[in-house]
Amino acid sequence: MPDTFLDSTELVINMGPQHPSTHGVLRVILKLDGEKVTGTECVIGYLHRGVEKIGENRTYQQFAPYVDRLDYCAAVSNGLGYCLAVEKLLNVEAPPRAQVVRVILTELNRIASHLIWLGTHCLDIGAITPLFYVMREREEILNIYEKYCGARLTTHAFRIGGLEYELYDGFEAEVKAACDFIAPKIEEYERLLTGNRIWIGRLKGIGVLNAEDCKQYGVTGPMLRAAGVKWDLRKAQPYSGYEKYEFDIPTGENGDTYDRYLVRMEEMRQAIRIVRQAVETIPDGPIMGKVPKVMKPPVGEAYVSIEAPKGELGYFVVSDGSVMPYRVRVRPPSFVNLQSLDKMARGSLVADVVAIIGTIDIVLGEVDR
Amino acid sequence: MADAQKPEAKPAQPAPPKAPATMAATPWESELTGMLKEHFGDRIPEFCTYLGQDFLVAQPEAVVSILEFLKLEADFDYLVDITAVDYPKRPERFDLVYILYSFPRNERIRIKTGIQDGYKPQSAVGVHLTANWLEREVFDMFGIEFSGHPDLRRILMPDEWEGYPLRKDRSVTDMDNRWVKENLGIESGQ
Repeated sequence: MPDTFLDSTELVINMGPQHPSTHGVLRVILKLDGEKVTGTECVIGYLHRGVEKIGENRTYQQFAPYVDRLDYCAAVSNGLGYCLAVEKLLNVEAPPRAQVVRVILTELNRIASHLIWLGTHCLDIGAITPLFYVMREREEILNIYEKYCGARLTTHAFRIGGLEYELYDGFEAEVKAACDFIAPKIEEYERLLTGNRIWIGRLKGIGVLNAEDCKQYGVTGPMLRAAGVKWDLRKAQPYSGYEKYEFDIPTGENGDTYDRYLVRMEEMRQAIRIVRQAVETIPDGPIMGKVPKVMKPPVGEAYVSIEAPKGELGYFVVSDGSVMPYRVRVRPPSFVNLQSLDKMARGSLVADVVAIIGTIDIVLGEVDR
Repeated sequence: MADAQKPEAKPAQPAPPKAPATMAATPWESELTGMLKEHFGDRIPEFCTYLGQDFLVAQPEAVVSILEFLKLEADFDYLVDITAVDYPKRPERFDLVYILYSFPRNERIRIKTGIQDGYKPQSAVGVHLTANWLEREVFDMFGIEFSGHPDLRRILMPDEWEGYPLRKDRSVTDMDNRWVKENLGIESGQ
């Protein structure tokens, strides 16, 4: 048989930006040899709004609502990171009561973000049902946000120096009820998916990124932990009083898509664990620290990062002593994690690319800023 | 440096008449700085700490070798971020900032270097793969070209975009006006 019989030419196809499984407006140019991916190239920037430039033209307080629009699935985490960065520059700390409330709302946000990830990831793989379930559970969390600060998605829940609003009556009871409602549902999802043959077939051994690759690409968050690195900023460099709560860092072994799924599921359980501890220990006291009305941090710079649901979210803020930041740099986890797509997708099948994009858990608002 | 502390004394006052012009950073001494001093000497003129965060100011030619040294000898195996800050009035117009983290040491440091407009710093892709997109973004936003970068193109802005948006001489309203005029043929009204 002649060698040329099975030869094929390289095919270049375009996926996105309007493609349901790219989670927004990601465009991936795929180079294919038959069904095999030989190379990928990401084209991003469709959602670029110049957030960092806007930051230089707003006062410190005015810029805070903008950061909620970066990772809109985890707006509360974004707000926390920004507030902590400016508080660092101002050398103030939020009072204990505010810190505990911040932890509760951020951890609820982690659950909400992971729920959205789970629903859309399943949808990409071909399981439509879980999407409706996760929306139902997420609703409980969004209702708490709505009651607390009036907004459901882009909450602007925190202020520099603490909180704007006192907790509403029955907050604790509602948070506890939400935890009690969501906890058994996580087991339900696991019963649907973890041992499911199709789910395993589509995820096991797909998009492998080992610990060394993760460090090379600067990949953080659940992806890093799924590769077996037990690293979480909440433990490594605790902020907002995370050192007071007991929780575990789940890790995987293989660094594949299936392990990342398991890690995120366990993270939701751990988040519930933190919320349950925190809600029992909300201290009395003020909710706002001593911050000036007109914020003029002394000349200087600070880099503060937190463990957002998607990985390390950092803010590098430079002050020139005026009311507006001289420079705000957002270090988004999605942007950096997305860079590893090429490494993971090479050699896989086209259908696996969809699974790999899903497993990175990108939000294009954050990638493009 | 010492007088820079004064305006902090009364934060409740409306606003001090003149803010200090420089960062009130203090010198940073540790085992690591000793190692770096021994190895790089004059090429790292300053080791500082501000708000408990350590950083060093290096000469631009030395940055990539410092990154490599830190990675191999001091376990700084994770390049968190590369970014720049524009100071148009300074002769060394840009501050290039590298943020590093070490998993084994649980430490974070920053490397800062001042470069002139038009200077082409060496790319760090050979040391940390993650530098690829990060440097592309710095190029896209500030117009700093990295020599030896495998694929230096715009990443967030459209390819046909003129200028570099995060430079301080680019104003938000001017950029908006120009785009509206060119594409819609009207005044933007901003």
